[in-house]
Amino acid sequence: MQKLRSIAELERLRSRILRRRNGTKKYVSVCGGTGCHAYKCQDVASALEGEIRRQDMGSRVELKVTGCHGFCERGPLVVIYPEETFYQRVSPADAVEIVSRTVGKGEVIERLLYVDPQKNRVARSEAEVPFYRKQQRIVFGKNGLIDPTNIEDYIAMGGYTALPKALFEMDPEGIIEEIKESGLRGRGGAGFPTYQKWQTCRSAPSRDGVRYVICNADEGDPGAYMDRSLLEGNPHAILEGMIIGARAIDAHDGYVYVRMEYPLAVKNLGVALDQARQYGLLGQNILGSGFDFDIKISRGGGAFICGESTALMASLEGHIGEPRQKHIHTALKGLYGRPTNLNNVETWANVPVIISRGAKWYSKIGTEGSKGTKIFSLVGKVHNTGLVEVPMGITLREMVYDIGGGMRNGKKLKAIQTGGPSGGCIPESLIDLPVDFDELTKAGSMMGSGGMIVMDEGTCMVDMARYFTKFLTEESCGKCVPCREGLDRMLDMLTDITEGRGSEGDLDLLEELGGVIKEASLCGLGGTAPNPLLSTIRYFRDEYEAHVVHKHCPAGVCKALITYSVDEAKCTGCRVCARECPEGAISGEKKKLHVIDPAKCIKCGLCRDLCKFDAILVSWERWEYD
Amino acid sequence: MRIDASKVDRIVDAYGCHRDSLISILQDVQAECSYLPEDALKRVAKRLKLPLIQVYGVATFFKAFSLQPRGEHMVRVCLGTACHVRGAPAVLDEVRRQLDVEPGETTEDSRFTLETVNCLGACALGPLVVVDSEYQGQITPGKVKRVLKQYMNDGRGK
Amino acid sequence: MIELTIDGTKVRAAPGTTVLEAAREMGIVIPTLCYYPGLSSYGECRVCLVEMVKGRGRSSLEASCALPVEQGQVILTSSAKVKKARRVVVELLLASCPSSKTLQCMASNMGINQVRFKIKPRECILCGRCVRYCKEQMRSGGIGFTGRGTARRVTTAFGHTPEECRNCGGCQWICPVCERACTADSLVNGLCGGCQNLAHVETCEICTGCSESVGAHGHTVY
Ligand SMILES: Cc1cc2nc3c(=O)[nH]c(=O)nc-3n(C[C@H](O)[C@H](O)[C@H](O)COP(=O)(O)O)c2cc1C
Ligand code: SF4
Ligand code: SF4
Ligand code: FES
Ligand code: FES
Repeated sequence: MQKLRSIAELERLRSRILRRRNGTKKYVSVCGGTGCHAYKCQDVASALEGEIRRQDMGSRVELKVTGCHGFCERGPLVVIYPEETFYQRVSPADAVEIVSRTVGKGEVIERLLYVDPQKNRVARSEAEVPFYRKQQRIVFGKNGLIDPTNIEDYIAMGGYTALPKALFEMDPEGIIEEIKESGLRGRGGAGFPTYQKWQTCRSAPSRDGVRYVICNADEGDPGAYMDRSLLEGNPHAILEGMIIGARAIDAHDGYVYVRMEYPLAVKNLGVALDQARQYGLLGQNILGSGFDFDIKISRGGGAFICGESTALMASLEGHIGEPRQKHIHTALKGLYGRPTNLNNVETWANVPVIISRGAKWYSKIGTEGSKGTKIFSLVGKVHNTGLVEVPMGITLREMVYDIGGGMRNGKKLKAIQTGGPSGGCIPESLIDLPVDFDELTKAGSMMGSGGMIVMDEGTCMVDMARYFTKFLTEESCGKCVPCREGLDRMLDMLTDITEGRGSEGDLDLLEELGGVIKEASLCGLGGTAPNPLLSTIRYFRDEYEAHVVHKHCPAGVCKALITYSVDEAKCTGCRVCARECPEGAISGEKKKLHVIDPAKCIKCGLCRDLCKFDAILVSWERWEYD
Repeated sequence: MRIDASKVDRIVDAYGCHRDSLISILQDVQAECSYLPEDALKRVAKRLKLPLIQVYGVATFFKAFSLQPRGEHMVRVCLGTACHVRGAPAVLDEVRRQLDVEPGETTEDSRFTLETVNCLGACALGPLVVVDSEYQGQITPGKVKRVLKQYMNDGRGK
Repeated sequence: MIELTIDGTKVRAAPGTTVLEAAREMGIVIPTLCYYPGLSSYGECRVCLVEMVKGRGRSSLEASCALPVEQGQVILTSSAKVKKARRVVVELLLASCPSSKTLQCMASNMGINQVRFKIKPRECILCGRCVRYCKEQMRSGGIGFTGRGTARRVTTAFGHTPEECRNCGGCQWICPVCERACTADSLVNGLCGGCQNLAHVETCEICTGCSESVGAHGHTVY
């Protein structure tokens, strides 16, 4: 491939690709995202490939292994274009039929279609699946259509149209102005206006004129994976955004800091970088514009704190990921002491969309203070889990019931946790809350990276607070006292409460400690770490009191506060539980009622899990009750 | 384990003997040796002209690095939020009991190393256990034994 | 010169000074632990917190030892918010280093008479004074931080006496809680072990291991 040297050459290439592809109108897209990988989608892809070859259809149809489509729950997913026939839970054995019937004759295979469990309605195409219907996928939508390892796919889909515009038609101030008008705010958590950062960084003095742009792909939130899916599925969108940003800021070096737990993302990104360089879209004299810019990949070492800007930069320089005081912002003095602009993956991916479709169009989406869309990872106790991209301002109700398809197992919604470990729990009573940066903050939570965990009556809020506190205690860098020692003691107290050793006054002390950790910590980790605790105390104080005063876990989760027993009516005496109990706590003869010895039981829950007759009961100890 | 200094040198040189690349260098050394042997760290420190303590500090700060040799099979239990809500703690307890090790430790016969991770990015499949690079979705305590058994008698290793 | 307001008084300070220095110049007492003149500021211990007023009813707590003075800054060094935060911080410090005399004095000055958190003696507050001293003053770098979170420690690599050690004993001398310093009769708790046989330590006739500092902080021999 010859380097492209002008817009004209890029456009010629684009029309050549499109012309060539006109012949093969059909294509079969197999999701190759991490979720579907776990369901062995690679076997499905190779079966389909073999079948296409065997039935000699290679010239008419193309097979594409794409990035995540979002609906990971129902993987492996296969979509046949142009009809958009949507198949889920596909196995390699289905390949023959898919190729001969659907691809060959345009027939639909009923058994592979998605059935909406609520209304019992069958969906033929992606658009008919309720999970996708309320979404507006301006950033994430291309994921299902392109092969991330082939730059031509991205170009054919209209990729790299924003870049020439930014290079030749706009000056740097103009780009920043456009981003300002779009109202784009950072998707990494705090929602800081993107243009403002760019502006500061651009005008910051640098002793040798060097400036950096960095893409934050550390994604440490334990329940969110949109950045990973974007990197894996559409890396060029991020690159294009970064090149435009670099041009606006006048930077010539960029970094992508990726979590090392994301090997596929690193691989696809590496391929994308090589291809962009080959095509003259990265490197010296991009598209003949005279602008130079290149990007390096840096793999993180597995530390949540390295998502924080100063820690990330320390780690890029080869030090431990320890934050520093941010009295001088990184936009002024960041990596190697030079002005540095750091943005999240999703923020970067929004940039080309804004530049090519215009700030006016973009700012029509969303709410007053939060423009555009946001990708959430909707997980927990709803029917449909996966990645969803929705316009800002959508209500939690729509998220849970329309997109999520309602609660599993007919249980009642209790709370929604947003914002990951720095966020908070929003109770069911606020279900009509519109989701945007400001509303979530007002409710005591935050947008964060976009994790959204739906919880039902079976989730214990004290246990949830303990879970997040434990995560943060382990992930605290350990530099400053309030966070290192404070979180550790907070965890001790929460553990005591969940194990029935809580005492009166604990809640007040927890609130006092939480308040101080929040205000006195050095960086944003400590500064937000008490949120899960404080928000659950705020909305679910009675549940805490049940644990502290009555030694009772209303959700039946906290091990120390529950007992296992056998339901006389249901036990068939099959002996499975007695055989498997690791402590030998279950006794009983064949075909007769079994009993659990509470003194020996360690409450591992194995018996409940293994019993085919649902005969193991969980009940709450109620010492001191009444 | 004695480590071949030239192997380390090759990795260090691939990064232009650059101090900033310390983390990447350690990652590659670990990929080569499966853990970070003391000799290797000393060699890295010497080549990069860094105090050993800085290299050691980085190696102990990041979760990805291990200073102890690891077992033949890596068992990773996801404790991400989504997995937690769906019952990952009980799964972890069961794995601990089956292997008789705590997270971060290796079994005595060095067949398994148990680790916990925070989110593997496949939340829709939780609770998730990953053995080597095989994802096992929707695991319950009852399924743990069966999953581990596949690796216990696979005839590989000692 | 930069003009700012500390506790209601307008003061002028040279650019580059910290709020801590400016306040101390005025005679205001602000406790510190990880701060040491001549070493870089680190902002670990958080006992030097002050309130920075940001207008519109908002304010934030900042570590004064690492806060550069700025034109028009408004600082409160002993507001209720500051006092509350400092007290909890000192309580937390005591919980990890209960026998330190420095901390006990600091606590009693603040009127703390009880530690409400679980005591987990680690005998080091991880202030990093020794680490910075070793690196910045001795240009050595034998000791450093290892691990992360609650597992964070100040140690030598692999627990061996480092080649870089210059036997200066500075790390022990500079420790503010000095549990890490030699406890008079035995030096085995010393940090790097490099000066184990070199530093001469005067002890009291009946050494109680009172944990008072050995160095300039005045270990008094009775
Ligand atoms: C403890 C901590 C962890 C963070 N983790 C991430 C992360 O994983 N990914 C991310 O994009 N931003 C993370 N951030 C936010 C970044 O510091 C930074 O604000 C963000 O990357 C800026 O990009 P944006 O303006 O595009 O949002 C984290 C912040 C803190 C305090
Ligand atoms: S708040 Fe926590 S993570 Fe941040 S610097 Fe302090 S100890 Fe480290
Ligand atoms: S040994 Fe002393 S000086 Fe060094 S970090 Fe610990 S408390 Fe600070
Ligand atoms: S990984 Fe296939 S849909 Fe998400
Ligand atoms: S003296 Fe300022 S934080 Fe320690």
